[in-house]
Amino acid sequence: MNSLRVIAAIFMKDLRVEWRHRETLAAMCVFGLLVVFLFNFAFEPAGEESLRLLPGLLWIAFAFAGVLGFNRSFAAERENAALEGMRLAPVDPGAIYLGKMLANLFFMGIAEAVVVFAASLWYNFSFIPALGWFTLSTFFCTLGYVAVGTIFAAVAANTRMREVMLPVLQFPVAIPIFIAGVEASAGALKGDAPGDYASWIKLAASFSVIFLVLSYLLFEFVLEE
Amino acid sequence: MKKAFPQTVHLIVTLAALLVSLYFIFLYAPQEATMGEVQRIFYIHVSSGNTAFVAYFLTFFGSFVYLWKRNESADDFAYGAAEVGFLFCTCVLVTGPLWAKPVWGIWWTWDERLTPTFFLWLLFVGYLMLRSYVIAPGRAALLAAVVSTLGVVDVVFDFLVIRMKSYRGQHPAAVMGGGENSGLDPRMWVAVFVTFAAFLLLFSYLVRQYMRVAALRREVSRLRRLSDSSSGA
Repeated sequence: MNSLRVIAAIFMKDLRVEWRHRETLAAMCVFGLLVVFLFNFAFEPAGEESLRLLPGLLWIAFAFAGVLGFNRSFAAERENAALEGMRLAPVDPGAIYLGKMLANLFFMGIAEAVVVFAASLWYNFSFIPALGWFTLSTFFCTLGYVAVGTIFAAVAANTRMREVMLPVLQFPVAIPIFIAGVEASAGALKGDAPGDYASWIKLAASFSVIFLVLSYLLFEFVLEE
Repeated sequence: MKKAFPQTVHLIVTLAALLVSLYFIFLYAPQEATMGEVQRIFYIHVSSGNTAFVAYFLTFFGSFVYLWKRNESADDFAYGAAEVGFLFCTCVLVTGPLWAKPVWGIWWTWDERLTPTFFLWLLFVGYLMLRSYVIAPGRAALLAAVVSTLGVVDVVFDFLVIRMKSYRGQHPAAVMGGGENSGLDPRMWVAVFVTFAAFLLLFSYLVRQYMRVAALRREVSRLRRLSDSSSGA
């Protein structure tokens, strides 16, 4: 079977599973909203201050919502030994990784849109003027975050206490992408010239490409029995 | 290797080197002009830091060899380097604030050298936690090798990102870089290198002991399986 078809098949399977029980996405969105909600009581930001705190707030919400989703994506595979089934299939293990990664990226995108919408509403902040650059920078940073998150979730699925193990493994490695995400979205939301923060988007893009390729190659070892 | 450099000789050389480095730190190196005696922690601090970074790269090297050749002692080497490296990394993070408080007046700052060292410490923590939490022990080596490969690429990004963030540097410039701030007395240089060499010897001795214990443990479980199967039959 052609790798692209494997990727598409895994991606569609994850979407279909999610469509039937709607657990992961709901958990990610609600969790993301709770972070934004709690943040309000922790700092009560208003006016200028909310603009200064918003990029960090958004990325904290994205990071925690993401960890929740990535954990589910492999926990579900393990419950019914579905991962063993995939391992037995005569396909490229890297393609399985890319399929799972795309599904996670899709769910992250939806959860991020919900969080951004809520933040815009609750903090009276309009994303419309900066939407293009904000979306572009968030896309590349999310891609990098999901790239490392998916492979670490597959590693953490083999451990006791995987809910703890995943953030312990993932957050230190995702720090560069987290910083780039906060810096680039801060630049975009403040309305700076794109040239001022383009280097962060480039950093996120190169991080994404390098970790996608590395994870694609290493995933074989994660699946190996 | 074993015959060329027996363990006891390794131990004696290491202990001697540590004693010699104490001489260089406290008697040979001159007292620093402004900071006084407290500056002598510098030799231990810098040498532990360098050893910790070397250890992380050696962990990756062991992991890489394991992924390639599936050689168990390569994995033992990676695990041992990570455990000992974690010790040295903790040592930098402890000696740093002890020195910073009297000199800078603060315990910690998010500076371009402190921050990546802290990230490195977190990478060690993740690696070591993973090794002890894996359910099927047979898979631990493989998963840990994957994690350390991803981690070592990340270290490069850490330095890049911290440089881009352009933190105001409180930390002195790299001694090895030799910028204008590193006007070290030549005798201080000697002390730095002697201490670093002593720490590398200590590191190699501890990793070697770790590998020996791991090999013995494997041998014991092999013999136990053998005796179980023979008594069961």
